[in-house]
Amino acid sequence: MDGIKGTELAVFTVLFLAVSALGFFASRWRRGESLESLDEWGLGGRSFGGWITWFLIGGDLYTAYTFVAVPALVFGAGAIGFFAVPYTIVVYPIVFFVLARMWSVSHVHGFVTPADFVRARSGSPTLALLVALTGIVATMPYIALQLVGIEAVLKAMGVTGHVPIIIAFTILAAYTYNSGLRAPALIAFVKDTLIYIVVLVAVVVIPYKLGGFDVIFAAAEKKFAESPNPGDGIVLGGPAQLQYATLALGSALALFLYPHSLTGVFAAKSRDTVKKNMAALPAYTFVLGLLALLGYMAIASGVKPLVGSNGKPDGNTVVPLLFDQQFPDWFAGVAFAAIGIGALVPAAIMSIAAANLWTRNIYKEYLNPDATPKQEARSSKLASLVVKIGALVAILALDPQFSIDLQLIGGVLVLQTLPAVAIGLYTRWLHSKAVIAGWAAGMAVGFWTLYQIPQKLFAADGTVTVTKQHFGGSGFPLSELGLDTKTTIYAGALATLANLIVCVVGTLLLRGRVTDGVDATSPADYTAEAGDPGVKDLTELVH
Amino acid sequence: MSIGQQPPRTGRDRPPPRSDKSPWNWLLLLPLLVTLYPPLYNRVTPEIAGVPFFYWYQLAAISVGVVCTYAVYRASRRR
Repeated sequence: MDGIKGTELAVFTVLFLAVSALGFFASRWRRGESLESLDEWGLGGRSFGGWITWFLIGGDLYTAYTFVAVPALVFGAGAIGFFAVPYTIVVYPIVFFVLARMWSVSHVHGFVTPADFVRARSGSPTLALLVALTGIVATMPYIALQLVGIEAVLKAMGVTGHVPIIIAFTILAAYTYNSGLRAPALIAFVKDTLIYIVVLVAVVVIPYKLGGFDVIFAAAEKKFAESPNPGDGIVLGGPAQLQYATLALGSALALFLYPHSLTGVFAAKSRDTVKKNMAALPAYTFVLGLLALLGYMAIASGVKPLVGSNGKPDGNTVVPLLFDQQFPDWFAGVAFAAIGIGALVPAAIMSIAAANLWTRNIYKEYLNPDATPKQEARSSKLASLVVKIGALVAILALDPQFSIDLQLIGGVLVLQTLPAVAIGLYTRWLHSKAVIAGWAAGMAVGFWTLYQIPQKLFAADGTVTVTKQHFGGSGFPLSELGLDTKTTIYAGALATLANLIVCVVGTLLLRGRVTDGVDATSPADYTAEAGDPGVKDLTELVH
Repeated sequence: MSIGQQPPRTGRDRPPPRSDKSPWNWLLLLPLLVTLYPPLYNRVTPEIAGVPFFYWYQLAAISVGVVCTYAVYRASRRR
């Protein structure tokens, strides 16, 4: 790297600052009476229509980390990295009615977090606390990873050291504190527009310059043929097919169990808005699919990943380096800004979601049951700062690999709230104590399987060295269970299976013998639409 | 017509409780079927403009997801 890239950095800085100004201005945008309640600060007044919701949820789900990590995975391993496409195809049909029901019951009862729902549905404060803690623990490393996205971009521009990233995160923390969910909602418009432009330009210009897709895929095929790793290639190896499908399905089931994904749903103004968005959000999937192909373009143009602070090549730098190599400086600056701003939107929403969980399900439930709406809002604002400082420390003081490991684990952990949240939206049949036992079983199996998965390095001479003993990936070899096969499966799938079995068996044992909590919801709550009698409007919610 | 003149609502003309049930909902399974069984598409040929089947098939499958989800959305609105 030959010093700092002046033009790129200038364009990046200007766009970054403009967006930050927008973030502060957002507190005045579509504002209600005051920002001093969770419905206003934490959910933007629950007033977002179709377009805002589309930008907000899209900007939230398709993060900066996704945009660098998915092409990086394709660059390194090939076809398996494309799982992001089936993952984000199947997620919307799966959650279509789940989210509609979640929206309805949350508006009838004024829920702000998924744990609020679990508290009312199961009548079990313990289960609600577990769901809240799982959500917070799974979200924290995700916020930290957004910093990895910004760092990758800064590295490609020749900017090193911790100061720039501390400045960026301080600005983010300040406007989130000031404007709440309105800030990421407004910034998402800019972020997504930039991302769409950059990706569409990239998939037209770069293949043209490299000589077409056949050249690109030929280069990738050559690289994987020379690589001794049996797991890579431009199509899936036989044993990896089950892993590909279960990884896509497991990730899809986990996505809307993350508290930050639900924040965008709670903030929508109607049930119809939520459902319509399920049909419109796959536009982002298309962009993600094109982005994944950038990994192959990086192979064809001979990009070599920069060496990270831990002395290993950092695959996350391949996309920024590709842009740097193929685009004129000013447009590379725009592309970098798109990724950098792309980190701010999800980081803001995630910190708001984690803060709301803290406030509603720990602070109000256990510490200050008589908290006023104003106290709730203040507690959330402070918690959002703490969460972001925690993420910053995790990235700067620890090996970033720690956050990547945690995020991998987090996906498996959050999946264990499936019976309490998603199944709970349909049926109250599962006994809440069985659901708690299932959660514990799923956690245990999830940790054990991920712990067993090593990361291997395949050297050119055919020797295999284990570079990491544990948490080396999410593909669990079924041979570990004594099965005579090379097939691998997504670790989260096994954990969820164990969870569900314990839930069902536990319910059969406990039903009628051990008293269960009381359900505070009624069947009609789950299909309520805005405007129906009983669906609270804002003035009622801000009691 | 003022509110007072409206006939009292009886069981017959009160709208039935809203329900999410519809035969159209089965359409939501189609995107899962075409994407979650990799042997369907795990091959290189036929290519389109140099892009192997594996990739363009899955990109095309996005539109299956959109069409099915949108159809179910429309059907659910009519109720």
